[in-house]
Amino acid sequence: MSKARLMQGNEACAEGALAAGVRFFGGYPITPSTEIAEGMAKMLPKVGGKFVQMEDEIASMGVVLGASLAGKKALTASSGPGISLKQELIGYAAAAEIPVVIVNVQRVGPSTGQPTAPSQGDVMQARWGTHGDHPMIALSPWSVREAFDTAVMAVNYSERFRTPVILLMDEIVGHLREKVELPEASELEIYPRRQPSKTRAEGYQPYAPAEDLVPNVADFGNGYHIHVTGLIHDETGFPVGNPKVTREAIDRLHKKIAIAQDEITHVEEYCMEDAEYAVVAFGGTARTAYEAVLEARKKGIKVGMVRLITIWPFADKAIKALAAKVKGILVTELNYGQIVNEVERAAAGQCPVELCAKYDMTIFEPEEILEGIENLAGGNK
Amino acid sequence: MRKQIRLSGSGGQGVITAAIIYAEAAVSAGMEAVQSQSYGPEARGGASKSEVIIDDSHPIFHPHVKTPDVVLAMTQKAADKYYGDLHSDGILILDTDLVPEPPKFGNIIQVPITKIAIEQAGKSLFANIVALGVLTKVLNLVDLDTVRTAVSHRVPPHTIEANMKALQLGYDAVK
Repeated sequence: MSKARLMQGNEACAEGALAAGVRFFGGYPITPSTEIAEGMAKMLPKVGGKFVQMEDEIASMGVVLGASLAGKKALTASSGPGISLKQELIGYAAAAEIPVVIVNVQRVGPSTGQPTAPSQGDVMQARWGTHGDHPMIALSPWSVREAFDTAVMAVNYSERFRTPVILLMDEIVGHLREKVELPEASELEIYPRRQPSKTRAEGYQPYAPAEDLVPNVADFGNGYHIHVTGLIHDETGFPVGNPKVTREAIDRLHKKIAIAQDEITHVEEYCMEDAEYAVVAFGGTARTAYEAVLEARKKGIKVGMVRLITIWPFADKAIKALAAKVKGILVTELNYGQIVNEVERAAAGQCPVELCAKYDMTIFEPEEILEGIENLAGGNK
Repeated sequence: MRKQIRLSGSGGQGVITAAIIYAEAAVSAGMEAVQSQSYGPEARGGASKSEVIIDDSHPIFHPHVKTPDVVLAMTQKAADKYYGDLHSDGILILDTDLVPEPPKFGNIIQVPITKIAIEQAGKSLFANIVALGVLTKVLNLVDLDTVRTAVSHRVPPHTIEANMKALQLGYDAVK
């Protein structure tokens, strides 16, 4: 019998996080993300996990960092207004190398904005919302099944690189229900919590990097003495005020992600074999962009789609190669224009890059993107 | 074959639940289905709309209904607001008593949905399941037994019997 069932994106996200080993959720309800908290509240107690509704968004971020340091894979979920409040502690997680996943089911901003209409306006916030030089991993699903898959990926990446990972969902996918078949647990690859490779007697240093430049920081309560700080620290974990340690610490934070970028940055191509033009899209907007591409094909325009699954680190290589191949790129996003600047940067003038933007509470209709494709193709004939 | 369906009313009437159940029934019948919804910030009383797209063979990408084949309206306000883009061959289903002034549209089916729920099913609370019965009959896409199973999975166990009755009443109310 088929295991296919109707499921909501937010529910699938919670299922994915659970399957990836998340055993702690701390959060504060906010539409359109609340069903993730509801799902975790139902499921976590059944597997020996803990769900805590905190007093506010900042405390929700603090408690998941605490849970992670104590050895549990931890998740929080919110939307723009809450994600803004969490920024200080997201930076803390990056500096102190604490694995954690933050789901942002985007809605219209700035501020409380337009509750709870769809938007993709937090793309740059995901990258630079917290201050200082830091790497960031952000993933954006386009379907209910992919909400599950990217939740698994997000937890795996946060553990493997000991870094905060943002699952950048949008209201379109978060609230959408569709037919889905989830994989069996045995089909999933789950990255376990990293463990210290030395004893204290052997000279263990919690922030000494392993070969992949990621430290094997011991969980609290495992017999090690650990000091955790947001100040720049050396391998002991204690703050050090000197230029060499500072440079090396910032270098390592970036390099641990950079050397693995090809494994982290996922894009998917559609109708690109003979394409002369390309639409770049992500998240729920890509569903509409794909229909527009199919419509344009019927009209004889050779257009394809490149879909960004990983938003950060940005798909520089893929976009550079794309720009060398096509005559023009149309970037569609449900905001005033954010990822388009990254596409332009990566395309480096090899072909025109146009923007198809929307920021009025409503999602794209296929005709709107089709018009953008026709203008792009017409303008370059 | 693709069918686009819109269920509308006011918050608290349960149109979103009815849409979810119908989409669940379509999936268990092996079809593709997507369901989306929008509602005002109020939990009750505000405008409420849910859309379901069903396809028996092709995946569904763009999730919103453009030209509905069937619109169900459970209030006058919903009827006025949501019937406009109906397909010219489409069907407008109205709650007879709650939509006293039917919009001017060719193919209208009027069923006293809420009245049936109160007088025959026992509570206005069952209006959405009566409506689901009406929809099942009108759409003729998913068989009644499959919808029955979907209802029984969604509603509290002690209400299954009453809901089955409500579903049948709605189904039988369409001539």
